[in-house]
Amino acid sequence: MQMAPSYDPQRRKRVLDVLASAPAKALAERWDAFGSCPDHTPIRRPETGLVMVRGRAGGGGAPFNLGEASVSRASVRIATGEVGHGYCLGRDTAKAEAIAVIDALWQREPERVESEIVDPLEALAQAADRKRRDQSAATKVDFFTMVRGDN
Amino acid sequence: MDAMLEGGFADAVMEAQTAFRAILDALANPGTRQNLVLSPSTGARIGAELVSALLTLSDHDTPVWLAPELASDSGVREFIGFHTGAPLVGEPERAVFAFASRAGDLPPLAQFALGTQDYPDRSTTIVLQVEALEGGAPLTLRGPGIKDHRHISPLGLPEDFLVQWSGNRALFPRGVDLLFVAGGQVMGLPRATRIEEGH
Repeated sequence: MQMAPSYDPQRRKRVLDVLASAPAKALAERWDAFGSCPDHTPIRRPETGLVMVRGRAGGGGAPFNLGEASVSRASVRIATGEVGHGYCLGRDTAKAEAIAVIDALWQREPERVESEIVDPLEALAQAADRKRRDQSAATKVDFFTMVRGDN
Repeated sequence: MDAMLEGGFADAVMEAQTAFRAILDALANPGTRQNLVLSPSTGARIGAELVSALLTLSDHDTPVWLAPELASDSGVREFIGFHTGAPLVGEPERAVFAFASRAGDLPPLAQFALGTQDYPDRSTTIVLQVEALEGGAPLTLRGPGIKDHRHISPLGLPEDFLVQWSGNRALFPRGVDLLFVAGGQVMGLPRATRIEEGH
């Protein structure tokens, strides 16, 4: 069996997290700007399915089924042999396929993929998050309750 | 050896449906030969007919038993894990599906899951790759799904197959069901089928 090239799983997880949660349009823009899309063959053609999302509730943290979510996924092998996997919420199969190719490319040139695709998308996500928090903070109201006597 | 992930169905839905229909027809009409959908890019490490049945039938709810020749190949195990998520079991009696690439690798039929009196369907369905679906010793089939009788002659059956099969029939409604695959086709032997030698 071919030995998988060693990479840091946490680092790969961060890359896949950012790619999965990036808006499709922003991801497509960064991907187009990247340029060199390698030849790739499908290992699993893009498909959409349902995943049961689980949560934990209560003090005991018992798991429960939260609900079903649509997930799209794809797996590709690029010309140089690396296998990439893409998963994202929603029914955008093109996005899942792009993520798979980017994941495979990342295994070959991690620095370039991170600096040109992942880091900008992560910055975008953080900016959007900050904006949302600021907007929410602006609506915050502090209440004071006066101590009242009986009746 | 490379990890072997290629070889899944190209159009998963249509091909799995077509292969399922072929397997269904094979069991409903015992002894007939049905055309399986074959994945073009399957490597030589596991036969294309076995792959077709595997991808169609198994998923993460169906424990799979592999004959030693297949089980020892890590590429085959990875392929199954990736495409089906089926758990692999070492004991034949825990398997819902069993796959073997030659008769010599198959343990006695009685060692597989035989179901219970109340749930005879909780048994193993065995998919065996034979050398060919014809050219072997002639056998005559009778039973449900067969008008009068039907002649088959698969090549590459286990040595004492007729003895094992009559033992399997004696367990009815319990027992195992068999699918023979070769040459892109599948032939079914549900447990209710009677087999006799010759024509």
